[in-house]
Amino acid sequence: MRIILIINSIRIMDLSSTCRNTKHASCLFILLILLGLSCPGHAITVEELAEQFELYKKQQAKEFTKLHEENVRLRQENNELKSQFQTTQEQVDSNTTAVETVADSYDGAAKVAEWFDKTTIGGYGELHYNNLSQKPGKTDGKSFRETDFHRFVLFFGHEFTDDLRFFSEFELEHALTKGDGTSSGEVELEQAFIEYDAVTEPIGSLDNANVRGGVFLIPVGILNETHEPPTFYGVERNDVENIIVPSTWWEAGVGTTLNFTPGVSLDLAVTTGLEIPTTGGSAFRIRSGRNKVSEAKAYDFAYTTRFKYTGIPGLEVAGTAQYQADITQAQNDGVEDAWLYEAHVDFNHNVGPGSVGFRGLYAMWDISGTAVETARADEQEGWYVEPSYKINLVETFGGFVFPGDLGVYSRYEHLDGQRTRDRFNQWEVGFNYWPHEDAVIKFDYRNNKNSTDGDLDFEGIDIGLGYQF
Amino acid sequence: MYRRLALSLMLLWNSVGHSAVYQTSEEFLQGIFGSVIPAPKILWITKPIKQKATKILSHRIGFLRTRYWETDGGTVWILEEIGKTKPITVGVAVTNGHIGKIKVLAFRESRGWEVKQEFFTEQFFQAGLNQHLKLDKNIDGISGATLSVRALKKIARLALLFDKSLNR
Repeated sequence: MRIILIINSIRIMDLSSTCRNTKHASCLFILLILLGLSCPGHAITVEELAEQFELYKKQQAKEFTKLHEENVRLRQENNELKSQFQTTQEQVDSNTTAVETVADSYDGAAKVAEWFDKTTIGGYGELHYNNLSQKPGKTDGKSFRETDFHRFVLFFGHEFTDDLRFFSEFELEHALTKGDGTSSGEVELEQAFIEYDAVTEPIGSLDNANVRGGVFLIPVGILNETHEPPTFYGVERNDVENIIVPSTWWEAGVGTTLNFTPGVSLDLAVTTGLEIPTTGGSAFRIRSGRNKVSEAKAYDFAYTTRFKYTGIPGLEVAGTAQYQADITQAQNDGVEDAWLYEAHVDFNHNVGPGSVGFRGLYAMWDISGTAVETARADEQEGWYVEPSYKINLVETFGGFVFPGDLGVYSRYEHLDGQRTRDRFNQWEVGFNYWPHEDAVIKFDYRNNKNSTDGDLDFEGIDIGLGYQF
Repeated sequence: MYRRLALSLMLLWNSVGHSAVYQTSEEFLQGIFGSVIPAPKILWITKPIKQKATKILSHRIGFLRTRYWETDGGTVWILEEIGKTKPITVGVAVTNGHIGKIKVLAFRESRGWEVKQEFFTEQFFQAGLNQHLKLDKNIDGISGATLSVRALKKIARLALLFDKSLNR
């Protein structure tokens, strides 16, 4: 009996394995019969077996239905996934095309970006309001009130390489120009030069050097090269650097700047020269000699040199000399060679809550020739001093409502120019308010006393708005 | 004679480099750490830092994070700011919340080169940041180099701000 039980058990194991493989209901039925036979202690009837088989069939049918439903769901999901995959594939194809298109055009875009990176744009501008007892140069005693967008300037620069660059300054003066010549406005090309860094690593005490050619500003004075409105006091520029040093003064030529350690620089320039008139109301007037590189006569060049020392923080001391063999560009007119001498100091030092500033400048022309000596125009000179004090409002007054800097100044000028109206002493006082370091609001009062004709005296106020970027 | 002069000039020009880099970042770091430079860390420019940095620069800060190197009690930063048209690269070492060293590493402007001189940069030594995000020490400018001076002051303030924001 025990042997039969073992044999039946082995058959059951084999059949169970077969049933798992074939999933055939009859196999399980046979299995149940064998189970019944192998259990001698438990008698099982045929009815019971049939009942169990029916129960088993129902379970199998239910299981089959469940599996079928699962299969249908999976087929549906599969179809959806196929659809999604198709959509994704289309998107990938589309993106690939787009990427390839971008890649194809990348070279062009990179060139544009590179060009943009190497090109700079800047500018400055200033709006003036003058309210004077009479117009400067007039003797009619009529009050003079004028608003003028004096200068609108754009800079354009481009770096060809790290060492070679182009720079230009394009200016519209007095807001308007008319072709019929009735307006006082001018469109001017004040700078357009190419500069090359010839020495960029120290050679002995020579720290660096560059050379330039084209139209550039003459290295003279304080304002001629740096004249953005936020950088100086007064609505109008000082008169010495207008009448004696004819700022803004630009010429065409070649120049070099040699910078030595510590803080010493030397400028040398060979440029076109002035062509001052010898007749008329502006005879021998320096400022009238600027040809602005507009079909300018170039019979005699001008030779300029400047020495500048900035080796102490806050201090600039500089001197310029210029020689021109014939300042009228014409021979046998009673005017020969001319020398310009200029020297200045510009000093700023922090004292107390703010910064003390001082500017002082002297300039003179020495012109030779019988005609110019007869007209007593052979020596023209001027000087000014300008103390100032500047504070940061927030730092000084804490919760002050206005942010920014405030500077007060006073300026005294002495002029001895060619025209009668250019011989005067002028005292000026005012303030600059910088709401931002690149924007300024200006106010000043000036009192002008002519040295030879009291009818030319005037006084009044100026208000200005300036910016740079 | 002229040919000899021209040849000399050509040799002179060819003998000098054409880079405005006075010192590389690596050389600056080696000057502080020696030959073994530690791995840099990253400072993310979070909104509070960005707001203060914008106030210092007077324009929006152009990056989202910046590298720095940690020293005993301080940090080292390599930062850039535009003077007039081109960026000036400056190395700044901050020690205990004050400038320990500042050096112009690269200057690309055509004017204002004097800011790289020691007589100018040594003014920043021991400068800290006050409550108005300004330097608590007076720095005299250089006439004719206003924009370059301004850029260096901004970089010094930025380095001090970044150092302070680490809350070490």
